Amino acid sequence: MIVSVQMFARARDLAATDRVQLALPEGAHAGELKDALAERFPALRPVLPALLVAVNGAYATAETVLFQDAEIACFPPVSGG
Amino acid sequence: MIRLTHDPIDPAGLTQLVRSPAAGAVVLFLGTVREMTAGRQTAFLEYDAYPAMAEAQLAALDAEARARWPIVEAAIVHRLGRLDLGEISVAVVVSTPHRDQAFDAARFLIDRLKQVVPIWKKEHFSDGRTEWVHPGLPAEEQPPRSGADAERSDTL
Repeated sequence: MIVSVQMFARARDLAATDRVQLALPEGAHAGELKDALAERFPALRPVLPALLVAVNGAYATAETVLFQDAEIACFPPVSGG
Repeated sequence: MIRLTHDPIDPAGLTQLVRSPAAGAVVLFLGTVREMTAGRQTAFLEYDAYPAMAEAQLAALDAEARARWPIVEAAIVHRLGRLDLGEISVAVVVSTPHRDQAFDAARFLIDRLKQVVPIWKKEHFSDGRTEWVHPGLPAEEQPPRSGADAERSDTL
């Protein structure tokens, strides 16, 4: 399946793009998404363990299952306020 | 009321919004842009957000606070874009029947906002360097001085 991933803040800067499409196996987990991002964007590797994944506006865990039309985002720890 | 805005925040208007004869207490919290952080001088801040998720997370926090405290009215407003020193980046205002409830609910809302709402600040330092603030991640360009990691622009 092809998933589209939005990226924000330093993750966007390191990847030099705000959106990427990745080919993942059907039923892939959020943890696999991070691995695929690291492969595509080596610059993300140093911050990868801290990156957060969101699926349809909710925080995912490494085990959260992704699906083709989900709204997926990946970003570093938040700092609003 | 939940809002992300690029316009200046009006604390008096927000306070008026939550006042009610049903409430005996109103607590207003403002986060403002601080000049000095761990010895480094900020020129201005830039805030970015993932708007759809930020609004959803703020709405969830609002609902959680209303379930825990007898909130009469509540408003959470976060500003985005460029903010100069002293400007208001975030406002949380809560009205409840009694003051302890208002203090506790407002504290909960600002503390949780800083933990879960996908908004990010970028420091633009007076020396021209810039740096996204990401608690728990190493600084981008300069090694952080001791204690420089976590807190940036507001809460004591």
